[in-house]
Amino acid sequence: MAAVTIKIPTQLRDATGGEGTIKLEATTVGTALEALFTAHPELRSSLTDDNGDLRRFVNVYLDGEDIRYGEGVSTPVADRQELQILPAVAGGC
Amino acid sequence: MSATALSCRECGSEYPLEAHFVCSKCFGPLEVKYAAHPSAGDPEAIKRRIQAGPRDIWRYADFLPVDRVPALAPSGPGGSAGLEGLPAGSTPLVRADRLAERLGLREVWVKNDAANPTHSFKDRVVAVAAARAKELGFTTLACASTGNLANAVAAAGAALGMPVYVFIPADLEEQKILATGIYGANVVTVRGNYDDVNRLCTEVAGERPDWAFVNVNMRPYYAEGSKTLAYEIAEQLGWQTPDRIVAPIASGSLFTKIGKGFQEWIDLGLLADGSTVPVMSGAQATGCNPVAAAFQAGQDVCRPVKPDTIAKSLAIGNPADGPYAIELARQTEGTITDVTDDEIKDGIRLLAETTGIFTETAGGVTTATLKKLADAGAIGGDERVVIVITGEGLKTLDAVRGTFECNEIDPSFSQFESNVETRTEVTV
Repeated sequence: MAAVTIKIPTQLRDATGGEGTIKLEATTVGTALEALFTAHPELRSSLTDDNGDLRRFVNVYLDGEDIRYGEGVSTPVADRQELQILPAVAGGC
Repeated sequence: MSATALSCRECGSEYPLEAHFVCSKCFGPLEVKYAAHPSAGDPEAIKRRIQAGPRDIWRYADFLPVDRVPALAPSGPGGSAGLEGLPAGSTPLVRADRLAERLGLREVWVKNDAANPTHSFKDRVVAVAAARAKELGFTTLACASTGNLANAVAAAGAALGMPVYVFIPADLEEQKILATGIYGANVVTVRGNYDDVNRLCTEVAGERPDWAFVNVNMRPYYAEGSKTLAYEIAEQLGWQTPDRIVAPIASGSLFTKIGKGFQEWIDLGLLADGSTVPVMSGAQATGCNPVAAAFQAGQDVCRPVKPDTIAKSLAIGNPADGPYAIELARQTEGTITDVTDDEIKDGIRLLAETTGIFTETAGGVTTATLKKLADAGAIGGDERVVIVITGEGLKTLDAVRGTFECNEIDPSFSQFESNVETRTEVTV
């Protein structure tokens, strides 16, 4: 198991009691999120759909890299890595 | 048609008209919801009200999410500027017969949004976002930008007397950086691509709630400004819709809001009987084509890509409104096409030499897409097509460097005759 940190966006901090970062242990992005949902159950419905998949407007980054460039939720995590959850927004036209 | 709430596009949850951009229940994007227009049922009255308005986007204030139209001081014939912002919009819609002829099309029009105050369509969206930001009491403007937005926000901040922070990729075109810093903005160059900048700004916006990030926490208001492109095109065509729009797609916001603008006016009966939303043809660069790729593969979700294209203003690898752009293209039996960097350069040249309009790389993408559709026979022989040119060629000069030769001579008539005039084709 690797010790990772998850950064929680401000919009979801009501569900974490105001905490902006959560430290937990996991082997993949998916198990990290599962551990997060176990600790803060309200986040599950905010971030995943009825099938348990991440909603399409949820972006998850592992050390700044979108997990969709890797293996998605199956992407392995290592000690001291940081997961960041952010809503999809964009500029451009 | 006053704004009543922010509504989640995914689950319909509603929020007050404040600086929210994401649904806290499902993370979906928020969009402005309006009450019925006070003159609904009387299209002629609505048209008269529009026509009596100023010659800028505020003639469409009834369809925009602000409580009060900014007070703009008169500045010469037909314009307004100064006190509370820059006069965006009312850009030319130019009939481009030589371009149409070159491509074997019946009728092509160019909506030249390079004619805005900072030379891109971004002045429209920034005008709306900044006006709403002031109403909400914000004192600082900010944005994540691929360049044009940085120019527009920096200029708007200068006009409004508000400090500005712009975050841009460090490798942006020099012209766009220069045309931002000159307004006194704080320019933050981020070592990374636009998606890295955007990720940073989404985080900063959460941590600096007193800043109005025009395309993050002000995004629902900002995005509505793009509807004015549709309104103007319809009004300039004599209250009609064209048969087809060709417009660039980066995040997909502009593309979808053009469709929304036409639909709103169709619903209010402002447009000719039988009007429908035009066939919507989206344009992307092959080096950053997540929306085109998903559309062509029959998918609804865009897989992010790492951009590698000269069209930097369209280089968004993770397009937030991509799914909605795909939906709109399908609903209107449209297309989403991508073109290579060489085609983009040819597109810039084609537009310039047939219309006198010099566009940046994004406009090259749009023009090249028009050509590609025409070459493939995808545009009907009786169609009236409008292409949306979103920015100015002087901002991306590198894209055209080396695409033609000059004739250097001594100051002598004989050299002129022998070196220039005798050539069968002058290639200056």
